[in-house]
Amino acid sequence: MLNPGVVGGSSNSDPFPAGLRVLVVDDDPTCLMILERMLRTCLYRVTKCNRAGIALTLLRKNKNGFDIVISDVHMPDMNGFKLLEHVGLEMDLPVIMMSADDSKSVVLKGVTHGAVDYLIKPVRIEALKNIWQHVVRKKRNVSEHSGSVEETGGDRQQQQRDDDDDGGGDNNSSSGNNEGNLRKRKEEEQGDDKEDTSSLKKPRVVWSVELHQQFVAAVNHLGVDKAVPKKILEMMNVQGLTRENVASHLQKYRIYLKRLGGVSQHQGNMNHSFMTGQDPSYGQLNGFDLQGLATAGQLPAQSLAQLQAAGLGRSSSSLIKPGTMSVDQRSIFTFQNSKSRFGDGHGQMMMNGGSGNKQTSLLHGVPTGHMRLQQQQMAGMRVADPSMQQQQSMLSRRSLLDDAVVVRNSSRVLPGATHSVFNNSFPLASPPGMSVTDTKGGSSSATAAFCNPSYDILNNFPQQQHHNNNRVNEWDLPNMGMVFNSHQDTTTAAFSASEAYSSSSTHKRKREAELVVEHGQNQQQPQSRSVNPMNQVYMNGGGSVRVKTETVTCPPQATTMFHEQYSNQEDLLSALLKQEGFPLLDSEFDFEGYSFDNIPV
Amino acid sequence: MGKCMQGFLDEQFMELEELQDDVNPNFVEEVATLYFKDSARLINSIDQALERGSFDFNRLDNYMHQFKGSSSSIGASKVKTECTMFREYCRVGNAEGCLRTFQQVKKEHATLRKKLEHYFQASQ
Repeated sequence: MLNPGVVGGSSNSDPFPAGLRVLVVDDDPTCLMILERMLRTCLYRVTKCNRAGIALTLLRKNKNGFDIVISDVHMPDMNGFKLLEHVGLEMDLPVIMMSADDSKSVVLKGVTHGAVDYLIKPVRIEALKNIWQHVVRKKRNVSEHSGSVEETGGDRQQQQRDDDDDGGGDNNSSSGNNEGNLRKRKEEEQGDDKEDTSSLKKPRVVWSVELHQQFVAAVNHLGVDKAVPKKILEMMNVQGLTRENVASHLQKYRIYLKRLGGVSQHQGNMNHSFMTGQDPSYGQLNGFDLQGLATAGQLPAQSLAQLQAAGLGRSSSSLIKPGTMSVDQRSIFTFQNSKSRFGDGHGQMMMNGGSGNKQTSLLHGVPTGHMRLQQQQMAGMRVADPSMQQQQSMLSRRSLLDDAVVVRNSSRVLPGATHSVFNNSFPLASPPGMSVTDTKGGSSSATAAFCNPSYDILNNFPQQQHHNNNRVNEWDLPNMGMVFNSHQDTTTAAFSASEAYSSSSTHKRKREAELVVEHGQNQQQPQSRSVNPMNQVYMNGGGSVRVKTETVTCPPQATTMFHEQYSNQEDLLSALLKQEGFPLLDSEFDFEGYSFDNIPV
Repeated sequence: MGKCMQGFLDEQFMELEELQDDVNPNFVEEVATLYFKDSARLINSIDQALERGSFDFNRLDNYMHQFKGSSSSIGASKVKTECTMFREYCRVGNAEGCLRTFQQVKKEHATLRKKLEHYFQASQ
């Protein structure tokens, strides 16, 4: 809509943000009619939709056809939060959630899923008048990450094209003018190194499977934490791709990985505590990544546990044998691991390039478990198999040196099940515009793409593992698991992960994973491929991922859990250090202990 | 909004009226028509669910959540109040309370319908 080319065409008296293209989704016809009327009164261009599935299709078909999405939370075909996630990942459009439900947990859920705002029904027109701010804000944020001339040029063309497609006419030109004004304003405000046509509205790059594979390969090669858009761009060497494209894609990718990790928000918060000091822009990702990693890497169960913890109130102590693990040992763990990890630049885990150092230092203070999380996360990232991570973490919990177990688990995890998910999730999840067909076709290749890089990366771990064998059990397991996993098809991972553990925690996880999977599956069917993977990813990733979500809604409980974990950490660590076989991790709390262990809060 | 409407409709209804203009002269009536059509469907579903006697409170609550949402969007305050009560009974699993309250919901709903019919007729 915004036409950068048309700058100052009409006077500023034109009511910006008139012409804002809004997609409103609500299964309630009465509300939908009212919203449409209200939005039209705000001079927005409204498209209404009563099914999330249809909305997604619309959005996918019109990559740049909308500026913002407003969606109800409760819808029959798809949870509004799911839609929110998809839109965020695929189209990177701002999404506003609405509901008659004003409970804090639901609002929080909206926030954690990335909604830019949450409106309580009945919605008033005043609330809608200012939604354009989210569009501006998003564009500004995106622009800050890049400043490509190419994109602006392309964007401009696109803008004009859009306007033309709209049928031209006065309306279009005036809205175009308005948008142009908006754009101009933004440019001035931002002061980015953009051309007159700001890159605020970049042409939406279609991240095809191949493109995403290249992207992931580049990221893996560079190391997740060291991967910066510029380098990635150079490595990818794709004509027409701009640094900005890569930057925003990278951002999404990281968020996605975080989600895969399934770290509960709760965890994330905790991570944040020791994440302080990191670059805020990364911080969020890192924090989340940590969470995800922690969850994914260490113990999906953990996250699950945590999530459950709030409710279950179990403590990981039951699982952990009182250990003699000394703080020193732990520190060694942490230090060694973190150092070696970071030293090798494997800190790709969560740590973004810039924050590597910070993270390292943070890690020192962080319990091994944390490190483990990272490792696993990395592995997870490589393999993109959240279930795998779960398993890994599980494994590490149970017995650090239980390679057999690890292998077992990993083998179970890897094969098949998550394959499609894995592939899909990755390529599909992050790249916007991945079409269903693309996804499918690319799934195998995507997997390959994912696996290959991961091999390289994972291989590094074993080496390290050997070093720390005795002490780095925790690390070893995850790594080993990762290695194994990378070799295997990840498809089944998710599923097997859920079934892998017989402990209660596993059970719980399994149940959750199953539920999640089912849910994901169901959703997948009606959805396009790209949607599926995402769902699956979320599901597989675990129960942890899902759990995470759940947990988020119960922060207070999580907090409680957190404390519990602390107390258990020592036990867990000592147990791990001893390489004692853990009694079946009965509680998902094991993981919880892990993730929060040593986390200096 | 006349006196007869007082209490039955809240400020949300007035918001809707403000949305009405020359271009959309019958907006409010259109919305009301749509609401009654859709809510009748919901009432039916709830009726059936209650008649079954199985009292799936989750399901009932779901229906009522939708119903409450629509009702609040047109400003049907009394209906909304009864809906809230119903959901509360669902929350605590009080079947008897649900049945009773639902009768109230239907009653208020029917009353509002009549009033609005008159209202629209009068404004034409």
